[in-house]
Amino acid sequence: MALLEVRDLRVAFNTPDGVLEAVRGLSFDVDRGSTLAIVGESGSGKSVATQTITGLTSGARVSGSARFDGTELIGASSEVLRTIRGARIGMIFQDPLSSLHPYYTVGWQIVEMIRAHDRSVSTAAARRRAADLLGVVGIPHARTRIDDYPHQFSGGMRQRVMIAMAMALDPVLLIADEPTTALDVTVQAQVLAVMRRLQEDFGTAIILITHDLGVVAEMSDEVVVMYAGSAMERAARRTLFYANHHPYSEGLLGSLPARGGARDRLTPILGVPPSLIGLPAGCPFAPRCPYAFARCWSETPPLRMVFDDPAHTSACWLTTVLGDRESLRAARVQRELDQPRASTPAPRVEVGP
Amino acid sequence: MARFLLRRLALGLLIMWLISLAVFALFFIAPNDVARTLAGRQATPETVALISARLGLDQPIWKQYLDFLGKALHGDLGYDYYHQVPVTEIMAQALPITLSLVVGGAIIWLVMGVFNGVVSAIRPRSVTDRSLTAFALFFYSMPTFFLGLLLLYFLYYQLTVAGYPIFPPGGYAPLSEGFGPWLQHMILPWFTLALVSAATYTRLTRASMLEVLGEDYVRTARAKGIRESRVITRHALRAALTPIVTQFGIDVGALVGGVVVTETVFSLPGLGKTSIDAINQQDLPVIIGIVLFASLAVVVANIVVDIFYAVLDPRVRLH
Repeated sequence: MALLEVRDLRVAFNTPDGVLEAVRGLSFDVDRGSTLAIVGESGSGKSVATQTITGLTSGARVSGSARFDGTELIGASSEVLRTIRGARIGMIFQDPLSSLHPYYTVGWQIVEMIRAHDRSVSTAAARRRAADLLGVVGIPHARTRIDDYPHQFSGGMRQRVMIAMAMALDPVLLIADEPTTALDVTVQAQVLAVMRRLQEDFGTAIILITHDLGVVAEMSDEVVVMYAGSAMERAARRTLFYANHHPYSEGLLGSLPARGGARDRLTPILGVPPSLIGLPAGCPFAPRCPYAFARCWSETPPLRMVFDDPAHTSACWLTTVLGDRESLRAARVQRELDQPRASTPAPRVEVGP
Repeated sequence: MARFLLRRLALGLLIMWLISLAVFALFFIAPNDVARTLAGRQATPETVALISARLGLDQPIWKQYLDFLGKALHGDLGYDYYHQVPVTEIMAQALPITLSLVVGGAIIWLVMGVFNGVVSAIRPRSVTDRSLTAFALFFYSMPTFFLGLLLLYFLYYQLTVAGYPIFPPGGYAPLSEGFGPWLQHMILPWFTLALVSAATYTRLTRASMLEVLGEDYVRTARAKGIRESRVITRHALRAALTPIVTQFGIDVGALVGGVVVTETVFSLPGLGKTSIDAINQQDLPVIIGIVLFASLAVVVANIVVDIFYAVLDPRVRLH
């Protein structure tokens, strides 16, 4: 049994413009000690999904199931969720400066976390533990820096403080929500190295939310690609990078600059993500998909196994024969030229050279 | 921090000096010839000249100013025109009354305002939020004298008529006469002052809390598994307090110089009522004394607020 099993998670918010479906039937598993990367553009629902599981979204309509180590989290009381948050599921966030309280020293903030879950630990003991943790994540002079305020640390050091705090109670799961997005590239690598080392030492499972495929390649065992609130493709890391199936994954990887090869033009995914209010039937990616055909507009594809690999699923009607794609692309280009779809948001298609 | 304080003190002194100049000018802008007023309608020119000389009014203006400033710095603000009582003595009698009113009122409005604001912010747009906002606006839109009269009518007049003389019609009982009588005399003025001001603090706290509750560090506190009550108080309110403390310091500083309307409605002989009486009688030394003191209170309050700012927010200390 996996450590965390999420099944058909749906999260919706009432907005003045209508019901916004932020997460639409998301399922995934996280195994003990492994790293699952959730990849997607801003607004694809990746943060909302994980924050909902830990009870941090308020005012949302939530359905589905999330079993964490045998405990159902969806619909659990706020007290149950509170005792799990911090102690068993640690969390770190994107911007470490705004995520740490500016009025308290980092030591105070870590001590508070430890004592919130175990009153029997004395403040002095919690302080010693906090200083040890700061040392473990690589903060020099941890014993004196424990009394510094967050603004006295650099960005990378602040994120190390966040990691130290999240790991203070030795959680079995760490949710890292864009942990390196706000950091310099060189600092990113150091922070990722700290996370990986802690994972090896403590056997912590990690859910890594990111839009940075470089981070995915560096860290993950398995990848879920999210688009418009649902999973488009699920695969092991290598499979995703070298034998992906879903056109959205293909587009994501195609928009990466190839290492050393600066001469090729990048291939952006055309168009913009759809509004999550009143999403029409069919595949949400169809308006931007170069291979979309009639079925894509009418039926929503479920996640199903592709390439005979039980660990690889894709929500796409395309057959597994990759050769089909070229003819489909040509057919779509022809169709666009014949009669541009009025309803789709400007699916401009570049005709080849 | 020390340099910051020195700069603020120097600025405060400069402001006080400018105010002393402005206040001194009052002597000469005033419509009446002071010596003639004092001498009475049938005085001979000799009497007027004598009085003029005794008050130093025959000296050149710059000498009169230096004289005035020198005495003021030594705590001598002169004598009132009518009873020849030292101005400082008049103020020393009025100040405890104003302080009783301001300190008590300020505690009530701060507690009410912050509590209501926090409760409103926890559930924005809820029924509780809306009723508290309506409650705040109701008193906010009411003129102070009207609220004072309403309280007097219902809680003094109607209660006394009904046979429960709990509240007096006004006036002041010093603490030396006992805590009970003092409290009885102060409760209605306190609430008059507090209810009108609490609205400002409710709105300020609500807005400040709503902003802070959306901050990332509040999400972090929840992610740490901190109890919600502690998240609200230690994490959110602590950060939301800064603008409230600023407003509070400035308001209290401004009121210490006299709470004109409330003191008048409740016949409290504090600085506010004293200054109104002095203005009606053109008693310049008293007016000048109170204006100087009120300005000093505002200047000091601003410095205290700045110090408090640095105490509340560790990021301020470095600058």
